[in-house]
Amino acid sequence: MKTTSVMIVGVGGQGSLLASRLLGTLLTDEGYDVKVSEVHGMSQRGGSVVTYVRFGEKVYSPIVTEGECDYIISFEKLEAARYAGYLRKGGKIIVNTQEIDPMPVITGAAEYPGDVLETLKTQGFDIDDFDALSPAVEAGSAKAVNIVLMGHFAKCTSIPKDRWIQALNKVIAPKFLEMNLKAFDLGYGA
Amino acid sequence: MKKLVIGNEAVAWGLYNGGIGLVSSYPGTPSTEITEFLAKHDDIHSEWAPNEKVAMETAFGASLAGMRSACAMKHVGLNVAADPLFTMSYTGITGGMVICVADDPAMHSSQNEQDSRHYAIASKVPMLEPSDSAEAYAFAKSAFALSEQYDTPVILRMCTRIAHSQCVVDIGEREEVPMKDYVKQPSKYIMMPGYAKLRHPVVEERTEKLRELAEDCMYNRTEMAENREIGIITSGCSYLYVKEIFGDSVSVLKIGMPNPLPEKMIRDFAAKVKKLYVIEELDPVIENHVKALGIEVTGKQLFSAIGEFSQKTIRDAFLKEGVQITDVPEAQGEAPQVPGRPPMMCSGCPHRGMYYTLVKNKITVIGDIGCYTLGAVAPLNALDSTLCMGASVSGIHGFNAARGSETEKKTVAVIGDSTFMHSGMTGLVNVAYNATNSTVIILDNSITGMTGHQQNPTTGYNIKGDPAAKVDLEALCKALGINRVRVVDPYDLKACEEAVLEELAAEEPSVIISRRPCVLLKYVKPKTPLQVDADKCRGCRMCMKMGCPSISFKDGKARIDKTLCIGCGVCEQLCKFGAIGGKTE
Repeated sequence: MKTTSVMIVGVGGQGSLLASRLLGTLLTDEGYDVKVSEVHGMSQRGGSVVTYVRFGEKVYSPIVTEGECDYIISFEKLEAARYAGYLRKGGKIIVNTQEIDPMPVITGAAEYPGDVLETLKTQGFDIDDFDALSPAVEAGSAKAVNIVLMGHFAKCTSIPKDRWIQALNKVIAPKFLEMNLKAFDLGYGA
Repeated sequence: MKKLVIGNEAVAWGLYNGGIGLVSSYPGTPSTEITEFLAKHDDIHSEWAPNEKVAMETAFGASLAGMRSACAMKHVGLNVAADPLFTMSYTGITGGMVICVADDPAMHSSQNEQDSRHYAIASKVPMLEPSDSAEAYAFAKSAFALSEQYDTPVILRMCTRIAHSQCVVDIGEREEVPMKDYVKQPSKYIMMPGYAKLRHPVVEERTEKLRELAEDCMYNRTEMAENREIGIITSGCSYLYVKEIFGDSVSVLKIGMPNPLPEKMIRDFAAKVKKLYVIEELDPVIENHVKALGIEVTGKQLFSAIGEFSQKTIRDAFLKEGVQITDVPEAQGEAPQVPGRPPMMCSGCPHRGMYYTLVKNKITVIGDIGCYTLGAVAPLNALDSTLCMGASVSGIHGFNAARGSETEKKTVAVIGDSTFMHSGMTGLVNVAYNATNSTVIILDNSITGMTGHQQNPTTGYNIKGDPAAKVDLEALCKALGINRVRVVDPYDLKACEEAVLEELAAEEPSVIISRRPCVLLKYVKPKTPLQVDADKCRGCRMCMKMGCPSISFKDGKARIDKTLCIGCGVCEQLCKFGAIGGKTE
């Protein structure tokens, strides 16, 4: 089978590491060969972050390059646009419509391109955009945006929902499990 | 047990199951997790040392005592520890010893992209280089036996992509290795000229034996394809990218031991293929070796010495060469130009208040390595230099010695608590001893921040989180010869300005300890987020000068993102119109 490539992109601190670990655990349990590439260190401090998850029969490279990505899951609008060139022809972008101003926008050196997703859509990009922040807050914390998005992504896969729930049970600390299960459900239904 | 693990966790498991008894390290991305994962095991001694030299010498001491030991560091950490490394090559070891070093091609979190393989060659120590977590586990586990068999420390070279990528590893059981007896051996372990002269020939003989090993070992292997048009010698993550592009359709010589390199294996491989390439990240180490054997090879002329590779960079290079490649990816379209998002200091970061004070007073700032290096980016643009760990304190001394009173009154050094322990202290001794009127600011956020919150000697806790001896920074600075030492809260802008201006004006060296714990620490509880009263806000943008990510500007007014703001109150002090506060609702 062909290797499937997923990119999880967002702003440092939004919880992309946990999302990639959830996906990695799930896919390993499903019997795939899996590679996950994470980001640590300086770029985590509010910078643009990207993690890669690749799975299939035999996966060599842990990273995804331009034109290879089947699914981009973006925690933030601008970041979806930044990595759009990585999407393969026929791939799909799932994006939280939340806007987080990067420093050049804060300082006034640049403007936030609010209509960037519409522009991409007119160029033929398959974009599934929705507000993941409100369901996260509803579930109990703005920090659960990552799991809301993964819940939404779960529908794009052929993996049954109960397998996702099992993986959530493995990677989420018991204290936060209930909130995250709710966040996952809300994302799945969104 | 089969487990999906990052390369660094795999190294930790390999070392643990290989019978390690002690690990001593200094944190540094991308090496930090090796030691963090080892510290989860209570049956071995684990610790954060003040710097990499201390860590390596500690591991040496344990080896001398007969225990299997290791240390871990990032590439630049090996510069700090180079001194013991070169002479440990002469003494050899008693208990097996592994030096883990993680390079950072593309500088995801580093100040240079030096290639650690040069150290292995220069110190004449064998080096292993895995390609993924599974090999990281196997190589780390085997390294102790290799170390003991050849009486040498072994360097395990990681890089960012392998250190922080996960794949499934089959983790076995721990091998309990009894400690070796300690026997006094002066001619082996006392490296004064008379004895060292006896050891150098031993090192050369060892290298010859290791060269023989390189020809036939678990680390290097040939994967011959039916098609002999192209042969690629490669190592580390470059191997993964080559296999990603070509699968089994080209012949590959995979190098897992970059020092010493095999000779016969390379000659045999080269003879079997029509066109030979070397694909290696950073410097042409393997390529130069192949060329020295008189073999024609294409390497750096096609594959850059700068940054990281990917399947794309390698694929593009081969396409340019006219090599046929199937399944070239086709993108949906081009990404639009969007504003960059550089990393920055967090909302409520205690460094920000002190940096704002320095920028406001147009102070020259000699910087150092840590989260606070982010003070260099807009809008603060606070720093004038950043070189390496500790260089702020020694650097300001030289700067002031060169320019004298012209700069002494308007220049400071900034250094974090952990970096000060690492190698700032010795610079401060020099400031006092060789007398420049320098002002040093210790940005004490009570943790090693950038690498993800490791304890250090100033925090009062050890690697396990247990209470430990706590360095009294004030007393230490005084003991080093600085009479003027004062502490300020960086959330208090008035106090910061007073301290900075007074200490710069003083006619003797001084230390300001800017003390406030990192806001990401679990015990630091955020206060109520602040808000902007839109009626009072005049849109002067004063609050935006310190570059807080919580504050943005929309429709002519400042706005505070309540999901990010932790209520530090620094912006409230900047607003001249009383528009920012916590109780505007």
